[in-house]
Amino acid sequence: MAPFIRLKSISKHFADVVAVDNLSLDIEKGELFCLLGASGCGKSTLLRLLAGFESPTKGTIEIDGQDMAGVAPADRPVNFMFQNYALFPHMSVADNIGYGLRRAGMRGTELGERVESLLKLVRLQKLGGRKPHQLSGGQRQRVALARALARRPKLLLLDEPLAALDKKLREDTQFELVDIQEKLGTTFIVVTHDQEEAMTLAGRIGIMDAGQLVQVDAPRSLYERPKSSFVADFLGTISFVDAIVASCDKTSITIGGDLNICAASDDDLPVGSAVKLAIRPEKIYLSRTKNGGVNEIEVVVEDLAYLGFATNYRVKTASGQMFKLQQQQRRSLDAPLSWGETGYVHFDPQDVIVLKD
Amino acid sequence: MVRGMAKYLVNLPAVTGRRLVIALPLIWLAVFFFLPLIETLQVSFTSARRGIPPYEPLWGIGDDGFFTNFTTGNYALLLQYWSDYFGPAFNSIKLAFFSTLVCLIFAYPMSWWIARSNEKWRTILLVLVMLPFWTSSLLRIYALIGLLNPNGFINAAGLWLGLIDAPIQMMQTDFSIYMGMVLTYLPLMILPLYAVMVRLDADLLDAAADLGGSGMQIFRTIILPLTLPGIIAGSLLVFIPAVGEFVIPALLGGPDQLMMGKVLWTEFFRNRDWPVASAIAMLLLAILTVPIIYARYQDGRDTVAEMPNPKRAEAG
Repeated sequence: MAPFIRLKSISKHFADVVAVDNLSLDIEKGELFCLLGASGCGKSTLLRLLAGFESPTKGTIEIDGQDMAGVAPADRPVNFMFQNYALFPHMSVADNIGYGLRRAGMRGTELGERVESLLKLVRLQKLGGRKPHQLSGGQRQRVALARALARRPKLLLLDEPLAALDKKLREDTQFELVDIQEKLGTTFIVVTHDQEEAMTLAGRIGIMDAGQLVQVDAPRSLYERPKSSFVADFLGTISFVDAIVASCDKTSITIGGDLNICAASDDDLPVGSAVKLAIRPEKIYLSRTKNGGVNEIEVVVEDLAYLGFATNYRVKTASGQMFKLQQQQRRSLDAPLSWGETGYVHFDPQDVIVLKD
Repeated sequence: MVRGMAKYLVNLPAVTGRRLVIALPLIWLAVFFFLPLIETLQVSFTSARRGIPPYEPLWGIGDDGFFTNFTTGNYALLLQYWSDYFGPAFNSIKLAFFSTLVCLIFAYPMSWWIARSNEKWRTILLVLVMLPFWTSSLLRIYALIGLLNPNGFINAAGLWLGLIDAPIQMMQTDFSIYMGMVLTYLPLMILPLYAVMVRLDADLLDAAADLGGSGMQIFRTIILPLTLPGIIAGSLLVFIPAVGEFVIPALLGGPDQLMMGKVLWTEFFRNRDWPVASAIAMLLLAILTVPIIYARYQDGRDTVAEMPNPKRAEAG
């Protein structure tokens, strides 16, 4: 069966700017897909192409097996939720939500009931008569969601849906959004620059850079097994080590002679080839004493930041290699290492990511 | 008003600096607008005389103590000969009304186009709109006469190209008057319309289209209601001066087009009957302020009704 949404090598040029560059992507029905990238990477343009506000310079967009070329936004089984919500300021909440239904010719009690059920879905039952500027940011966001869902679209496009909310509200709303998506079974495509938001919401994430998809995967795979240093660096914090393959049981990698790091790799890497190793901070353990395992390196504490639930360290080897690591304080009696003290870092070969770029 | 005063008194220490800023234009308005208005009102209740000034003082203290020359005779005169004044008043209001309408029809799409063009162009286009304002309006009217005359540029060009056999009578017609009015007042309509249109979020139009609105529906349900303040402001800015306009009809219109402004001018300077002229002016002012006060009242009511209540919004 064909995927629900199929983007076939689409490009979008604005004058001499290439916003989307030969991008292909399949999305299944009922998925909650996140497009993640820095601002200006083309993710919003991609969303506007799907909505029909822009048409691609090259390539085809298929939604539910139908070619969308020349199909107006109104005629697509798609609705759009705007970053600034774009609520009609002169209309009440109920009129905003009912706008799409009225355009479809719905009137009277049928309209009233549908609007009422949508208000209930987003928990705004009593606020139907308010004007948008009489609502809080979170309430406005829910009105925008209800309005976009009113016509029962097969696909809902959300442009930075939570960006305008403060941090605490954003966390609650993330789960609410997932709940609503699961309840309705509508396919959601969410554009965001916030990686935590993407990790929380999405079944799959597509990371975009310079108009192209760098990697498309489940959040866990993206974080644990990034395929490029761009993705590894983009998601969370990571320490990179430039290395030369010197062969070991699986793959042993040496740099500069004094560091000997063992890494597990599925690929057979030729001896002498240059690679990049990447290790997540929470996968590195720091101790005062040597305990003689694999991947044990002597370091000096350069910098530390106490966060309460954990401490972030920046440590340096004798050869000048930096590692960023995060140490959880499990037993508060442990005397933590302080500035300038010498200790040892340890990490499992399984946790070392081998990147070929 | 009362609430405003109360607020002002409560915040008295905080507003000391602000008071001066507000006081200056207020004093200016009092001296140059309010006092002449009071003077005109007084003159309208006295009678004319030969001399300087050409009217009796309304009140004063003479040899026999306090005296007054109060009379409602001027207004009675206007009522008695109302048909002489009604015609010009009707002409003026009709001219102002249709000039406003034509300006609106031309200005609306123009403003929209300017507001929707990119930022670099917007400034240039706005300057082009305002550019005619920097030349004398009289000069522009004479330029128009030069274009529309029987032996003017348009007729000459038409004859030379063989499009017409004889010059078309364009001067001294409604056409020439309205050309002059629109030419003069169009910028006053464009600017307030532009101001509301440029603030209209383009996402609202995308949102309406996304929700199934056709072009006409989007105009009716989104664009028109949101640009209404601009329409009202522009219409008032054009309508009010247009009612008193008499240079344009005098220069471009025929002899049968007697305007209120012209009548006023005649009473003041030809007849030197300032009291009657003042009475006409006051009556005209009364007629014109009624719709404005009504519009302001409507506006004010909307503002109060839509006043955001942050406490309520937070509580929900």
